[in-house]
Parts: sequence; structure tokens; C-alpha cells
Amino acid sequence: MTPVEIREEIIDILGDIAPDEDLSDLNDGIAFREQLELDSMDFLDIVMELRKRHRVQIPEEDYGHLASMHSTVTYLEPKMKDIVRT
Amino acid sequence: MYDTLIIGAGMSGLAAGIRLAHFDQKVCILERHYTIGGLNSFYRMSGRDFDVGLHAVTNYAEKGARRGPLAKLIRQLRLGWDDFQLRPQIGSSIRFSDAELDFSNDASLLESEIDRVFPGQIDGFRRLVSNLLDYDDLDGENPLFLRSAREVLAHYITAPLLREMLLCPLMWYGNARERDMDFGQFCIMFRACYLEGFGRPRKGVRLILKHLVRKFRGLGGELKLRSGVAKIKVVNRRAIGVVLDDGTEIEAKRILSSAGTVETMRLCDDLTQIEVAAAGQLSFIESISVLDCQPKEIGFDRTIVFYNQGPEFIWEHPEDDLCDPRTGVICSPNNYLYSPEEGGLSEGIIRITTLANHDRWSQLGDGAYRAAKISQYNAAVASSVEFMPDFRQHVIATDIFTPKTIRRFTWHENGAVYGAPEKRLDGSTHLDNLFLCGTDQGFVGIVGAIVSGISIANRYCLSSA
Repeated sequence: MTPVEIREEIIDILGDIAPDEDLSDLNDGIAFREQLELDSMDFLDIVMELRKRHRVQIPEEDYGHLASMHSTVTYLEPKMKDIVRT
Repeated sequence: MYDTLIIGAGMSGLAAGIRLAHFDQKVCILERHYTIGGLNSFYRMSGRDFDVGLHAVTNYAEKGARRGPLAKLIRQLRLGWDDFQLRPQIGSSIRFSDAELDFSNDASLLESEIDRVFPGQIDGFRRLVSNLLDYDDLDGENPLFLRSAREVLAHYITAPLLREMLLCPLMWYGNARERDMDFGQFCIMFRACYLEGFGRPRKGVRLILKHLVRKFRGLGGELKLRSGVAKIKVVNRRAIGVVLDDGTEIEAKRILSSAGTVETMRLCDDLTQIEVAAAGQLSFIESISVLDCQPKEIGFDRTIVFYNQGPEFIWEHPEDDLCDPRTGVICSPNNYLYSPEEGGLSEGIIRITTLANHDRWSQLGDGAYRAAKISQYNAAVASSVEFMPDFRQHVIATDIFTPKTIRRFTWHENGAVYGAPEKRLDGSTHLDNLFLCGTDQGFVGIVGAIVSGISIANRYCLSSA
């Protein structure tokens, strides 16, 4: 997956977690916690959705990398570059 | 072999099941009753739909809210706001013999009411509100959780009557402990009732349950009704599966039980002595009166009224009597702000709940039991009409359920609606792969039970999986 595809995938997961949110104007540089008021339960869900959908394992000490869209895509890029989007 | 077996198809079991099935676990919910819902169920009688348990869904939030327990559970279960179709209350009241306070889903109403009725107490009340524990502090590790709510309250509010009035609805809607309340539980209920408020779907609790079951089954979860668990099999300090009432054996990697602490321990075949004394004592009778008119037509527009005779609120099971009608809850499901398209309920309904003694009800023979239902209904209604317009000449049908009924359909010891006073906030048991959710884990009410199922499933069945 390219960084653009990874971003789309994260948007899809966020849309699944918070279906009533408008994600079209999401600012990639601002923390999810601030923009969407996601809490620790929601972050765990992003991790588990990635595991469920793509078998991507994220160790607990790395959860901090999922703060914003920008940091999430940067962190996931090496882990997901070999995954072919279906 | 299942990844997780869940005992009980109430709100917490169904919510846990949805979480686990969503993340691809092989999961099965086992329910002894022939229907779902547990402490929040429903039935049909003489062509009418009745709810059990649900007066109001607490923790009300407007559609699209991001904060609070309701928003959290909707996200966690991947539901939409429209699945709940919650409509807000018109307004509720705390009515004692000598004082009355109204409150609604706008928290400023209660504040102005306190300022009006107890002008000297308003600063203390505001300080109390700003010092409530937050939901995030309520995982049981905060040392303030177990403090006496009466003690903390006395620190902020010097008028005894106001303290009693504030405690009355919160104890009625979620306190398993007699006389006093844990401060943590007080904070949960204070937020749920006074700061967030009440709502209800037009179709009642069955709508919420229908969506939970549909979601669970849609994810591949299995639900087995009429499948009571007779025994949890334990080998080398691990639960290996269950034996059903009919002898069927089912294996699982872990078990999540919403049956209650004492009730679950009793199922474990490695334990011989169970502390039954730890079970809760507080049970209720509830009557449903169907009226020939809308409650508003007789001058009653309140959603819920929490009433109490005299200045002191006594929250304990009646030792020497079947019931204690001095305090109670009046609920009218008509008095919600339903949308014009869905319309209001066709018949007027008044539900009244009062404290009852489980053992005394259970000891009655059939004839005496039937007679007691009628005499205790009359006593409860006679007490309630001191706090609302007299509706007795409008009653066209009634139904009454007792602690015996609650026990019979939920298998909760003593018919204790809010379970045991000592909660297991971390959901752990003496076994490494047996966990508790629901009433005895600590969160009560519909939203509380769902949050309980979600958080215990997340903590023990998902992160470690």
C-alpha cells in the first residue's frame, strides 16, 4: 500500500468507529484525540481493526505513533508497504 | 471449542458478544430464559407490550454527541444513533413531603431549583458538582471510589433534607448497598441522572435489545436460549467449559459471566462453600397500571417522580413487611418528547416501584401470594398518589411483578435488582479465565450494563487474545 492508500484505509476505519463523523475535512497534522475526541478505547479499536483487516501487529509501546493521521501513516508505511490492497 | 462463552443474554452479555464477534472470535451466549434481556426485558400480556426494568435510559445525549458513555458504547458496538431512537424526557421531580425539586436533561434546571428551594446551599452544590469523579477515574483503582457518599455529601451540603433529596433518585436508580452509597457509584449515577438525563425509545427496551441481537447474530455470534448453565467445569484452576441444565457439555477457552458474583461462584465445580451473605438484599415490586386516558389529562406531565414520605430517605429492605411503600418511583412512559411522526403511546401507563422483601414474598403460598400482590399494589398506589394526581378511577388493567418474579426470570439471588453491594470492578474471579460482567461488575442501568460488557470484553478477551 502507498501512503495515500494507507490514509484511505485509516479513514475507512475511523468511519467505521465513528459513522456520524464528517471525516472529509480531517486535518492530518492535528491529533485525533482533539479533532474527534477519540479516547483510549477508540485507539485500541484502530489497532484491532488493523490487525483484523491486514494482520498488522502494533505493540502497545507504539500506540503513541497513532496520535494524528500524519504520524499514523508515517508509522504504518514500512509495516504495510507489502500489503496489496484488495 | 469456543473462544469465549458468555453466560446471560442481558445487556452486558450481548454487548460483550458483539465486541468479540466483531473481532472474529467464535463466541456463544447461553441464556436460561426463553427470551433475552435479563434484568431489562419485556413481555406481552392481553395484547399489550410491557417493559420490565426500563423506566428510562440514563446518560441521555443528543444524536451525534462525541462525549459520554452513550457515545462511547455506540462507537464501540459500531451502532448508529438511530438504532436507539432515544427521545428525551419531559422532566422529572424529586418529591418529599415538604419539598420538591424538578430536574431535566438541562442540568441548569436542577441548579436553579436548588437555588430556589435551598438558597443557602447553592455554592456547596456547585462545589460538589465540580468535585465529582470523572468517568475515567472510575475503574475502581481510585481510593475515593469506596468512600461513603453520605460523608462526602455532608462536606458540601449542610441541609440534611437536600442531601436526602439528592440521594433518593441516585440510590433508586443504581445503589446495591443499603443505607449508604459508594462515592464512586454516587458520581456515576449523579452524572447519569442529573448532568446527562433520561431518554427512552418509543418502542421501549425491546428496540434496543432487537438491535443488539441483530448485530451480534450478523457478526456470526451464536445465541442459545433455554440453555441454562448448570456448572462451570474447572481443571487445574482454569475453567475448561460448562455443563448445561440438560447435560450438554460445551468447551471454551474462557468464560464471561453476567450471572452475578455469588451466582457464578456457585456454578464453579471447584468451590464448595459460597458466601451467600454477600448477595444483595434490595428488591422491588413494580406495578403497571393502564389508564383510560393520557396521564397529562389528569394533570400529570412528569416523566419520573422519586417520592419519599417524611424528611428522611430510608434505603433498606423492609425487614418485617412484604413492602415498604414510604418511598418509591413513579414512571410514565407517555411523558417523553416523542417525535410527531412516531406519535405518543396510545394508552396511558403509570408504573410504580417500591422496596420489597424477597424472602417474605417467596414464603407465601399461591393464594396468599396472589392476594398480597393486590393488597401491596393498593398500598403502593395509595402512597404514590400523595405525590401525584389520583389516577385510581382511570385504571383499566394492571400487572404486578414481585421479587419472586425477578428471581424466577433472572436467577439473581434475592431478586436483587442491583446485585451485590461489593462490586468486582476489575471483573476478575479466582480463576484466570473466568470473568464477571454486568450488574456485579459494577455498572448498572442499561447504559452501565452495556459499558460493563464492552470494557470487560476489551480488557480480558480482546487485548490478550
